[in-house]
Amino acid sequence: MLKSLDTAWAHPLAAENFVDQCVEVSVRKIIFEKQWFYLDNAIGHIYGTTFEVTSGGNLQPKQEVEETTTETKEAGTDNRNIVDDGKSQKLTHDDIKALKDKGIKGQEIVQQLIENSTTFRDKTEFAQDKYIKKKKKKYEAVITIVKPSTRILSTMYYAREPGKINHLRYDTLAQMLTLGNIHAGNKMIVMETCAGLVLGAVMERMGGYGSIIQMYPGGGPVRAATSCFGFPKPFFDNLHEFPLSKVESLLSGTFTTETLPSDPEENTLVEEESNGLSEEKQTSLQETEEEPAPEAPMEINPAEEQDTMDINAEDVEFKENKEKENKENVREKQMKQWERRKKLKEAAALLSEKNADGLIVASKFHPTPLLLSLLEFVAPSRPFVVYCQYKEPLLECYTKLRERGGVINLKLSETWLRNYQVLPDRSHPKLTMSGGGGYLLSGITVILEKGKADSSNSEALKMEEPSSKRCRLQDLPC
Amino acid sequence: MSFVEYGDTIKDGDTAIVFLGHESMFPVKVQHGTVTQTKYGVIRHSTDLIGKKYGSKVTCSKGGWVFILHPTPELWTMNLPHRTQILYSTDISLITMMLELKPGSIVCESGTGSGSLSHALIRTVAPTGHLYTVEFHQQRAEKAQEEFREHGVEHLVTVTNQDVCKNGFGVSNIADAVFLDIPSPWEAIGHAKSALKAEGGRICSFSPCIEQVQRTCLAMEEYGFTEINTLEILLRVYNVRTISLQIPDLGKAAEDNSSTGFDSSKPSHQGSPCANLQQGTVQFKSGVPLREVVGHTGYLTFATKSLM
Repeated sequence: MLKSLDTAWAHPLAAENFVDQCVEVSVRKIIFEKQWFYLDNAIGHIYGTTFEVTSGGNLQPKQEVEETTTETKEAGTDNRNIVDDGKSQKLTHDDIKALKDKGIKGQEIVQQLIENSTTFRDKTEFAQDKYIKKKKKKYEAVITIVKPSTRILSTMYYAREPGKINHLRYDTLAQMLTLGNIHAGNKMIVMETCAGLVLGAVMERMGGYGSIIQMYPGGGPVRAATSCFGFPKPFFDNLHEFPLSKVESLLSGTFTTETLPSDPEENTLVEEESNGLSEEKQTSLQETEEEPAPEAPMEINPAEEQDTMDINAEDVEFKENKEKENKENVREKQMKQWERRKKLKEAAALLSEKNADGLIVASKFHPTPLLLSLLEFVAPSRPFVVYCQYKEPLLECYTKLRERGGVINLKLSETWLRNYQVLPDRSHPKLTMSGGGGYLLSGITVILEKGKADSSNSEALKMEEPSSKRCRLQDLPC
Repeated sequence: MSFVEYGDTIKDGDTAIVFLGHESMFPVKVQHGTVTQTKYGVIRHSTDLIGKKYGSKVTCSKGGWVFILHPTPELWTMNLPHRTQILYSTDISLITMMLELKPGSIVCESGTGSGSLSHALIRTVAPTGHLYTVEFHQQRAEKAQEEFREHGVEHLVTVTNQDVCKNGFGVSNIADAVFLDIPSPWEAIGHAKSALKAEGGRICSFSPCIEQVQRTCLAMEEYGFTEINTLEILLRVYNVRTISLQIPDLGKAAEDNSSTGFDSSKPSHQGSPCANLQQGTVQFKSGVPLREVVGHTGYLTFATKSLM
């Protein structure tokens, strides 16, 4: 049931495109896809309910409407006599706008359009169907509110913000979760720069059991997408993070918490990024549709800016209070530093056990250095999966892993995905298809025998990759 | 060890995977006193396996070696004994995500077949979920039950031997997801709907033929399913190879001593093809597709049951 502070998804009931927006249900007014409405009426309803947006911007549960089957549908047989001169619709833009302003329901508008179309009755039944579907999509303001999931979030991100997730297509993400044997109880290492989507997907498949150490570049991990999943708080108890910049020191035994990675106000960085999605979406909407910029509705982490101090310098008492405040701030900052150090030590300890159950990498960085270092923290006989938007870096990664040893069953792959339209007498693959969803390199760790690595390499290669019988001159196994 | 929980050490009674080399492996039931024959020699369970860490290299009697791996549903899929055509991890991955499965999910499946998908589903819904799987062939149902027991997952699965089209899944209003891989899925849509929770859930039907898909989509619509969506997914694997291509001899221009066109004597930059002056070849790394690949497994149709 939808409650306040839930995270929910609103998407128009157009089956083909799940163009959605993630919203927190504490925010009441939503603007997207040229529509705006208040969420208030949604609270208390069950997830999956479909609503109509009324003229006042309120949500009303959609009534099950019997499709008005116009008996004896008048229809043509083909389009040989239909001329597309742009004049077949008698209603003008202004006419339609007037109807909308009057508060006429979408259904009615569609009916009006049909009646005022000179060519409608000449179209074939199929063409009429298609026409009606198209008009409904445009004029019927119908919203379904659904619970977030990896499926919904990954398809949405791929459709709307692929750049933020390194063009990781949702089926590729699905492969990673399965190839990586992500399940409850694992101790996972995740390194991603996909706005936290991959982290969220891993968390969902672990159901709050086990632990995750998220490696991050720079000052802190980005978890904008992760917050969209709406996980309960306990899920985050065993989520740790560790800076990439400390990995070398950890591996070489020189790790220390004395120098922490650049430490901005804790919330600021996360807040920036978490607002990024809706803000940028709003901006991109702005760019394409040239609509007046609406307010950004998302507000996940209220800033704890205690530094803004308005100084009325004359007031001595005020100054005294300010000093007290300063001291408290310093104490608070020290506490936070201490907390951070403690958490960092914990994460370092977890990593140092070198017994992780798996490694998932999906980032904008070159995968080779990441793999070569992070694999050190993974136990033997465990899967690892690396995603890269491009194939070539994975070719190099593959080669370096072979040289390193300690991995078997290496596989470089990609998946090909095709959507179908299935209608009676009208079934065919859909017209547009994704050109590429990225590449995966997967494998399984084994006990690495450091001493023997070099000498037995050729033997190992024979073991792990027996040369094919048809070995041509030009075709040397790596 | 179990298929739903990692263990570190090989124990008596475990199912382990023996890895001999590229794409060459087989499952083995670890038992005191038994031996397993491989092309590299004999593996003695008591001395070579039990007590060793998973991921260890084991030297066989003839001198060659193998790796012993912890079982996973994915490795099981590649190595299980086929009683029927099975689903492979590519389809399984998409099914798992599109059905929104996770720990605690209740799933219904028919037919069980060889248990390939079943193992993957069990792994995903563990430790608090459950799989209800229906198989109309008695021996297959029994074999599946036996395997689940051997693999330490029987508490997470219920196998029922009946015809899902006639008698459904044996449960109602409890499933988060239903999966159908049967010849006539449209006959089971009604049962699927009643097995799913009242608040809603997801359904998936897998069919090799488009005609089956058409009938299933119609049935889904009739029963009020929404978001009906059909797709297919194919795996493309690349072999990483270093390729050498010969430079053709285009001769030399009459007066000019320096060669024109592609100059193989230029120093190579990092990443660009490296020239081999001696043999007149250029080497580069390539991800080479396989000669023959799987072109079709089946169409996956997903839909949502909602309360309306």
